[in-house]
Amino acid sequence: MKAERVKELAIIANRVRKNVLTGVYNAKCGHPGGSLSITDVLTVLYFDEMNIDPKNPKDPKRDRFVLSKGHCAPALYGVLAERGYFDPAELVNLRKFGHFLQGHPEMKGVPGVDMSTGSLGQGVAAACGMAKAAKIDGSDYRVYAALGDGEIEEGQVWESAMFAAHHQLDNLTIFIDNNNLQIDGDIRTVMNPHPIDEKYKAFGFHVICIDGHDYAAIADAIAEAKTVKGKPTAVICSTVKGKGVSFMENNYGWHGKAPNADEYAQAMADLEAIDKELGVL
Amino acid sequence: MAELKPIATRLAFGEELAEIGSREDIVVLDADLSKSTMTYIFKEKYPERFVNCGIAEGNMMTTAAGIASTGKRVFAASFAMFSSGRAYEQLRNSVAYPELNVCAVGSHAGLTVGEDGASHQCIEDVALMRAMPNMTVISPADGTETRAALRAIVDYQGPVYLRVCRLAMPILFDPDEYGKFEIGKGRILKEGSDIAIIGSGLLLHEAVKAAEALEAAGISVRLVDIATIKPLDEALVIESAKKCGAVLVCEEHNVIGGLGGAVAETLSKNCPTIMDIIGVKDTFGCSGEPMQLLDKYEMSAPHIEKAAKALIAKK
Repeated sequence: MKAERVKELAIIANRVRKNVLTGVYNAKCGHPGGSLSITDVLTVLYFDEMNIDPKNPKDPKRDRFVLSKGHCAPALYGVLAERGYFDPAELVNLRKFGHFLQGHPEMKGVPGVDMSTGSLGQGVAAACGMAKAAKIDGSDYRVYAALGDGEIEEGQVWESAMFAAHHQLDNLTIFIDNNNLQIDGDIRTVMNPHPIDEKYKAFGFHVICIDGHDYAAIADAIAEAKTVKGKPTAVICSTVKGKGVSFMENNYGWHGKAPNADEYAQAMADLEAIDKELGVL
Repeated sequence: MAELKPIATRLAFGEELAEIGSREDIVVLDADLSKSTMTYIFKEKYPERFVNCGIAEGNMMTTAAGIASTGKRVFAASFAMFSSGRAYEQLRNSVAYPELNVCAVGSHAGLTVGEDGASHQCIEDVALMRAMPNMTVISPADGTETRAALRAIVDYQGPVYLRVCRLAMPILFDPDEYGKFEIGKGRILKEGSDIAIIGSGLLLHEAVKAAEALEAAGISVRLVDIATIKPLDEALVIESAKKCGAVLVCEEHNVIGGLGGAVAETLSKNCPTIMDIIGVKDTFGCSGEPMQLLDKYEMSAPHIEKAAKALIAKK
């Protein structure tokens, strides 16, 4: 990926991060930490990779994405708004009564959401269903899913992993957002899922380990996954929870908490500093 | 009606599914029980649209949701215990909430699984599925009704729970006369005025026998078949209650939360009527032959007859 494109994606991702914070701040609740750690993967998928058309969000031939870690809806909504599925001005209505941006992704009401999620552990199974349907139909669309590293403590994640490999779903690529934090603390103290890469290898996946904030690496991993035949790909993304906001980074306290007015101002100042570095302001 | 062989509703389901299976939007999922749920008949005819999900029923239901999201009509089958119980939350959040066209099939429902015992005798599936928003609950009584129901389900928009049973039972409905299955509509099998007996699924057969015995004893029975438990045919239930003044519900399910609960909810709001429920009295079953079990748990025809007489005496 050319440096220019990396910069373009970084600028978009920073807008998405602002969307995350604005949504959660206005909702006075929500999940900023994991939203900020998965933002870069979503940005590459929606702006660099997926075959999608915001004007035709139900196109049967489109690529699909399932946010298995559904509590990170602020990031998904943030990227969908930037991509033109709906007006970014709607983001201040996240989680609010009478508005369409439900607390967790909702496919009936939110343009661009391919599967309703929120109950952890199910997204990859839904993605497997889509990928299997593509195989049945001989369609060449691709299916992506993102799940949390704490989420993979759910048993169904491994049932779906077995399914994906058994049915040779090489049109499926999943991203594990390995920020090493879950609600109750470090994943290694709550219920250690490591070694994540070895587990997915043993389940029959092609495994790629990357820095989940490196746009070129994310794009390269997606490109590599496309060349793999007969097996699904798992991209283990080493990430920072709360990425981009100084006081949220690597702090599990920001898993599911909204910033107050001062904290919001500080967070937006942090992101504006990134914009300055990128030459946006 | 020509003499038709007894058939289990699960087998009628499997045969009919293969019959309508030429429709290319149909995809069938099973969790390693295709020879029991009878989806193997479809699998042999259309292997490219059959997906074995292995012994992972919850995962099967979410996978079904993903397939359905691409515009297909998915039938996902396992034993009722696992389709409704193990996979409850997957059905709720991935199928019912987004209103996807998935028919979760719960086979081997009720006590009449028999010898497998309590672990496999699902007597709470109707309660679970009925309490789930957007979920339609269908419990056909015989082979004819199962086939007709399936032909209705395949064109229905939204999630369905279809309850079928293991045991071969006689044909109650002449296929030439049954006509179309209307989701949400019950049927009057026999007119009567002393008591309304409302049956569903396998226990409708016992209700039929009980009604015959009651008629022989001079008691006039209105016999009603409710195959769609949700949405309930409230008009028919209310009309039956008004006409007879006593209602006896018969179902192969816990007396809590099933068709009896649905009828009680409707009548208490619209037309309070003395009623009783024949079903499993909030206890686990045990191993045994199906009919032994219906006797032990006081659900066979003689028990229905006795309960009907007791109910009439209270009028």
